[in-house]
Amino acid sequence: MALLELRNITRRFGALEAVKDVSLAIEAGEFFTLLGPSGCGKTTILRMIAGFDAPDAGDILLDGASLSGVPPEKRPLHTVFQSYALFPHMTVAGNLAFPLEMAGVGRAEIARRVGEMLALVHLEDKADRYPHELSGGQKQRVALARGLINRPRLLLLDEPLGALDAKLRLEMQGDLIRLQREVGITFVFVTHAQQEALALSHRIAVMRAGRIEQCATPDVLYTQPANRFVADFIGRINLIEAEVIALTPEGARLRSATLGELLVAPPPACALGDRGAFALRPERVCIAAPGESVELDQRYAGRIRSALYVGETTLYQIALESGQIIEALEANTSPGRARRYEAGDPVIIGWAKEAGVFLHDES
Amino acid sequence: MTKAERAMRWFVTLPPAAFLLVFFLAPALIVVVASFREPGEFGGLAPFTQPTVEAYAFLLGDLVYAEIFARSFFVATLTTLICLALAYPLAWLIAQSPKKRRDLLVLLVILPFASNFLVRIYAWIILLGPLNLLYTPIAVVLGMVYVHLPFMILPLYANLEKHDAALLEAAQDLGASAWTRFWRVTFPLSLPGIFSGSALVFIPVLGMFAVPELLGGTGDILIGNLIKEQFLDNRDWPLGSALSILLTVLVLALAGVAAWAARRGIKGAEALT
Repeated sequence: MALLELRNITRRFGALEAVKDVSLAIEAGEFFTLLGPSGCGKTTILRMIAGFDAPDAGDILLDGASLSGVPPEKRPLHTVFQSYALFPHMTVAGNLAFPLEMAGVGRAEIARRVGEMLALVHLEDKADRYPHELSGGQKQRVALARGLINRPRLLLLDEPLGALDAKLRLEMQGDLIRLQREVGITFVFVTHAQQEALALSHRIAVMRAGRIEQCATPDVLYTQPANRFVADFIGRINLIEAEVIALTPEGARLRSATLGELLVAPPPACALGDRGAFALRPERVCIAAPGESVELDQRYAGRIRSALYVGETTLYQIALESGQIIEALEANTSPGRARRYEAGDPVIIGWAKEAGVFLHDES
Repeated sequence: MTKAERAMRWFVTLPPAAFLLVFFLAPALIVVVASFREPGEFGGLAPFTQPTVEAYAFLLGDLVYAEIFARSFFVATLTTLICLALAYPLAWLIAQSPKKRRDLLVLLVILPFASNFLVRIYAWIILLGPLNLLYTPIAVVLGMVYVHLPFMILPLYANLEKHDAALLEAAQDLGASAWTRFWRVTFPLSLPGIFSGSALVFIPVLGMFAVPELLGGTGDILIGNLIKEQFLDNRDWPLGSALSILLTVLVLALAGVAAWAARRGIKGAEALT
């Protein structure tokens, strides 16, 4: 049995359906992420799980028992708020002790567990500090520790890294993974940052306009997106209009106005005549100088339109003779490779038939 | 700080500083000096010969004055507590109401100031007369509470309005009942508002003479009446001055203790204000 189950949850705000018939099952010990652009309903779902909001239809079950009618203070789950919501009039130790005091834990036990938790988040020396004396990253860790200290069945995290700068974010991502694996508590994480979701999660549900578009592991989401929205939302991708013109056990043959005939293998789940998009990740595209021999299934001649050097990689935009723009990503694995091509250089690009996927449009 | 900035700083602060020096500090010093002199035959002060502590000796020698001081502090404390009990829920309700309605509600709180203070007290005479409460200590406290209630509501509202709703949600999420949420989160964070509201009520009540004079009986005389009497009726300026100094010293001492307690009690709350 799943630890947390959402059954056909719907939530309306006036005429707006913020969450539309969402069903989910989250297993114990999982790091589960709700990912989507702002306004997609992910935070509404989190608030319904926490009990601050109630679904108009459907049910939420924890350990098989409905949470309907159970107020937030009686639910065995805690939330880490986007603003941290640390109590400003309590010290770090006071903040950590709060949930234990609410649970009626004895004084000696509270002192022991607060000490333990402070050590776990490396804040032993900050026990007597007040929240306004802490840095953003430290506040974040206190909020996390406060959510974990009473060992909830489930920890809900509402964009907890949103307020941190990029470098600290990366550091906290590492901390989050370490903490979650160490304490073994199930995390339900809400974010709009796809990289964060990919880096942290066991499974991700990608949401759009109140619906779940795809729920899968990061690897599957990235390599086998269910539709254009997911493909486009997660990472960079080339999307080219195409139509299925032949299906064989080895693969599908597509026709595109700008790329001509294309081979995709293995054959995607589609029917002859389906229209949709050929989706190709930039890092699967190879670039070669004209005259260099390349053994690839698809090959096109083009010119470098722009080169975006970001250090470890360079992102090229290549204009094909048909006018189609293709993005290609090269890893700068040796000094000579960076800025190998400049804008205007003629190049040959290509990819293997396994490199791309076909995403047929929903009818 | 550049030279121009420094000049600007002087330019801006000099007028109010000069005003306070001339019209606040100087009269206060005159009162101090007057309290160490002898009364003139027909009011005012006698020609200066040498400083005397006669006025203070007279004050401390008669228990009546101690009793009036004690009564005044009791009335001020009671008024403050009643104002707090009435103002807190009201301020909370205003802070909770939709943003658009808050300004209107605050306006209603200060609306009584639009009519004259004495007119409003006379209205109370008309109200309290038929209830057989006029000229009683209860009438005095009622009047005091009525006059000072807005001074408690406004600072409390200003404080409660700034509270982050996420803190209450966090407390609830972590297992706190409504009662616990109030006492562990809302109340401690509102202490700065409680302190400033209490100061704004307590101190003026101590000096107020119109309310006890109009609504109270002969036995309800407070320090304010006593001081007024010395200057206007008894023409004993040194005694009136000594009473004023004593009152000021006591209030300052109390404010000092309160500030010290506040600093200890609400260390974290400073992040809020």
